[in-house]
Amino acid sequence: MEEVPHDCPGTGSAQAGRGASCQGCPNQRLCASGAGAAPDPAIEEIKEKMKSVKHKILVLSGKGGVGKSTFSAHLAHGLAEDENTQVALLDIDICGPSIPKIMGLEGEQVHQSGSGWSPVFLEDNLGVMSVGFLLSSPDDAVIWRGPKKNGMIKQFLRDVDWGEVDYLIVDTPPGTSDEHLSAVQYLAAAHIDGAVIITTPQEVSLQDVRKEISFCRKVKLPVLGVVENMTSFVCPKCQKESQIFPPTTGGAEVMCQDLQVPLLGRVPLDPRIGKSCDKGQSFFVEAPDSPATVAYRSIIQRIQDFCSLRQPKGEDHVSS
Amino acid sequence: MKSVKHKILVLSGKGGVGKSTFSAHLAHGLAEDENTQVALLDIDICGPSIPKIMGLEGEQVHQSGSGWSPVFLEDNLGVMSVGFLLSSPDDAVIWRGPKKNGMIKQFLRDVDWGEVDYLIVDTPPGTSDEHLSAVQYLAAAHIDGAVIITTPQEVSLQDVRKEISFCRKVKLPVLGVVENMTSFVCPKCQKESQIFPPTTGGAEVMCQDLQVPLLGRVPLDPRIGKSCDKGQSFFVEAPDSPATVAYRSIIQRIQDFCSLRQPKGEDHVSS
Repeated sequence: MEEVPHDCPGTGSAQAGRGASCQGCPNQRLCASGAGAAPDPAIEEIKEKMKSVKHKILVLSGKGGVGKSTFSAHLAHGLAEDENTQVALLDIDICGPSIPKIMGLEGEQVHQSGSGWSPVFLEDNLGVMSVGFLLSSPDDAVIWRGPKKNGMIKQFLRDVDWGEVDYLIVDTPPGTSDEHLSAVQYLAAAHIDGAVIITTPQEVSLQDVRKEISFCRKVKLPVLGVVENMTSFVCPKCQKESQIFPPTTGGAEVMCQDLQVPLLGRVPLDPRIGKSCDKGQSFFVEAPDSPATVAYRSIIQRIQDFCSLRQPKGEDHVSS
Repeated sequence: MKSVKHKILVLSGKGGVGKSTFSAHLAHGLAEDENTQVALLDIDICGPSIPKIMGLEGEQVHQSGSGWSPVFLEDNLGVMSVGFLLSSPDDAVIWRGPKKNGMIKQFLRDVDWGEVDYLIVDTPPGTSDEHLSAVQYLAAAHIDGAVIITTPQEVSLQDVRKEISFCRKVKLPVLGVVENMTSFVCPKCQKESQIFPPTTGGAEVMCQDLQVPLLGRVPLDPRIGKSCDKGQSFFVEAPDSPATVAYRSIIQRIQDFCSLRQPKGEDHVSS
């Protein structure tokens, strides 16, 4: 579907094809025939595709700018340090795809083959896909409405030839909208291990994160846990700690207790993180002794432990 | 929109750079003059922060014959957000694009703002439904321009360049760019650090490259986050902060830019 009316009632709606705003839409007949209400065949196709993927983790946050992409990238780096672990990183932020830059893969191109789209490989065991690789220039704006974004996400999940994968990490944009619904719907039959939710300590962030947790519960997506980012800052001049984003309501710790979700860890702010991301280098390599690296590694270990409790495609032994 | 003199969109390609914080304080700053009527519209449907930042959580919207009444913080400062329509602030609004567009249309068409000097529209991050809808629905009403917020690092600037590209595509004038979180003054030793290093020259270089004005640079002050959480104006909580000084200078530049424009008449603006 290329052009969608502004007031499109949605292809699954009872008004599909029948609403006033449907007049003149190229898909009006299709919708009116009830085709839109049938389950999307892509869901089964994606389920088949995902059989070669053992663990699937969504990285979410209601709030923007809290470090989702930074975390997704470093979760991928961390897991891929074991050469025998196959890692796939999928960036479904269509408007603001940061993963190519953070992974140092700007300018790379995606190739098509008989078996689908090839992801861009940073390492033999670390493949990456993002709409960023499909743009002629990193400054090109992708100005798409929801339905077109959904189509791209479906293609990413159905048509990318990841091969045999131990961990598929899906980086998302902020919010609880098209991208998130589509990711969950298209992966519905394929079983997602769970969501890691990123926040910063202040209440303005936590408020959006509570909405995200509410979203997860509504769509029955298990919450692996919450990561609190930018918890504190150690001044490089005097080495003393300050709180840049004061946790006026107790930060993620109190929220996690209230909502009964695990707090996976708290990561301090290190200016070298921003620098590494800008340069497309792994922060673990640039600053191996940073307290932020230590915190990240501990969180990654907890995620691995959680995933290994789960039998892929079998019984769910997880207790959250 | 005929009763609204100036319309400003606050945008950023990137999330978490301070759009809502800026929108709220632009509203506070403009409304300090009792004779200036200010309206603040929050079109972030999924993550509406404006009610909290303005200290208006829990307020309800009323309907009357002339439309929806905004929530008034002051006699001359009205606010509207989907946040006011939720039963609880933790309720998730899980809507796809078309439904969000419908809400934005209602906000623009059905809210009875009255006579307004400045309508500030706070947006979510990105270049998608909300942004297209705001621009399309306001197309005939003439938007003065967009203020674009960024932080200094390249990962942010990359998204902001996309946002500027969006503005150019939809012929939305760019009033200028605000660089937030430029530096941090340690409260323990008073020395300045860069938390988000400007590895590619920050907003200054980007603005030169893209020929857009740099409206100003705002340092990080932890009291900003605290004020926002408590719903208080940072200008009142920390009037001497370098961040307050920076904000006020930016607000002045925006007012100057708007006053060059004749509302609903000839466009004397040079960007």
